[in-house]
Amino acid sequence: MDLLHRPGDTAVHRLPPQVKIVAAVLTVLCVVATPRTGFVAFALYFLVLSAVWVAARIPPGWLAARALIETPFVLLAFVLPFVASGPTVDVLGLALSEPGLLAGWNILVKGTLGVLVSLTLAATTAPRDLILGLQRLRVPAMVITIATLMLRYLDVIAAEARRMRTARISRGHDPRFLWQLGATARGIGTLFVRSYERGERVHLAMVSRGWSGVLPEEVRPARGAVWLAGLAPAVIAAGVLGATLLA
Amino acid sequence: MTALHVDRLAYAYPDGRQALFGVDLRVDAGERVAVLGPNGAGKTTLVLHLNGVLTAGSGRIEVAGLPVEKANLKEIRRRVGVVFQDPDDQLFMPTVRDDVAFGPANFGLRGAELEARVKQALDAVGMAEHAERSPMHLSGGQRRRVALATVLACDPEILVLDEPSANLEPVARRELAEVLLGLERTMLMVTHDLPYALQLCPRSVLIDDGVIVADGPTRELLADASLLAAHRLELPFGFRLD
Repeated sequence: MDLLHRPGDTAVHRLPPQVKIVAAVLTVLCVVATPRTGFVAFALYFLVLSAVWVAARIPPGWLAARALIETPFVLLAFVLPFVASGPTVDVLGLALSEPGLLAGWNILVKGTLGVLVSLTLAATTAPRDLILGLQRLRVPAMVITIATLMLRYLDVIAAEARRMRTARISRGHDPRFLWQLGATARGIGTLFVRSYERGERVHLAMVSRGWSGVLPEEVRPARGAVWLAGLAPAVIAAGVLGATLLA
Repeated sequence: MTALHVDRLAYAYPDGRQALFGVDLRVDAGERVAVLGPNGAGKTTLVLHLNGVLTAGSGRIEVAGLPVEKANLKEIRRRVGVVFQDPDDQLFMPTVRDDVAFGPANFGLRGAELEARVKQALDAVGMAEHAERSPMHLSGGQRRRVALATVLACDPEILVLDEPSANLEPVARRELAEVLLGLERTMLMVTHDLPYALQLCPRSVLIDDGVIVADGPTRELLADASLLAAHRLELPFGFRLD
């Protein structure tokens, strides 16, 4: 879980989780709603995000490493200009499809900004606080339960997978070669069953301590000023979107 | 006063396999009782009935006078504190403190009261200085003691321990015994570790095939080699009690 969370004590970290969640969702909505030719708007969104990173003291390298999750979509974005039809433009002697270029750019810029916003939220908010924030936002209890369980299972599954891998390697398994992937693949099935069983036992232990489906902690409601400060980036993004649409 | 009263408890799993065939057990307040028995004897099934995770097929259970039934489940789970065999099943919060606070918070404690309860429980197991650490980064023995604290924090009437000494190094095993002996609580300890039962529990019951086949002073039970042998139990190499 510490993979995505970057503990700290900045103003951004201290914002109540529900404020950050709302700000992140609104910002992503603005990004998605921006026409793909609104190049200035995208640059401004990036500026706003950068300001948040500075305030939260998140180094760009840390974000970049985690943004790699986006790679498959980036690949798609780079393929589109070559395979799409329509009028073409010459770039370095290559005839590239113009709608393809724009479609690729659209995926690339919106995907990247979306991933970066999510990463910023995850980096500055502990996983448990995220759930408390959702609770505060009156998200249905069942959704929160599912999210809590998922959070819990992630660690459990990772640990289970590590142990199984150690046991495999100890018996001479060397998954560097493609034909040895079979054992890994079969292991995933076993992993599922074992994680499921452990999840059951964890659940049993929680129920035994009086768990009834909701985290007991109270999140204090945020004051108006805190909401204003926390939502500032989202409000700026909305302003940029409005200006772009009207222009 | 009777802390726990189990009366003709019988249970069959949904697949039809009968696990308990009428268990009778009475534990007085302050008693420490070991539940011995081979694998598959029904020990864990019995434990899961005590706090109402499994519902009896027939028979009844009372915890300090309160019957284990659906309407009382929350209070029953506060009264019966189950420490599970694997601390990794029990600990799931980011810090030791959060994990210890989980139970009492579920039972309605808040603020300073909750803080005091958490501190008390961590002090009782000697883990107060590790409150801010992640349970993942503790040693096996420490994790076991934190798991115990998570249950102590609920202030149970009866402490139920499932194989408390499993996977512990000798020092951690002894330290846990010292903590348990210092608690002065009613205790039911499920175990295969016969010397541990002797050290901690003056009384033992032996379960096999879903019934209690022997009930008496631990030393007498463990000295009866033919009784132990009949139920797939034996003292470790080098131990003699006769």
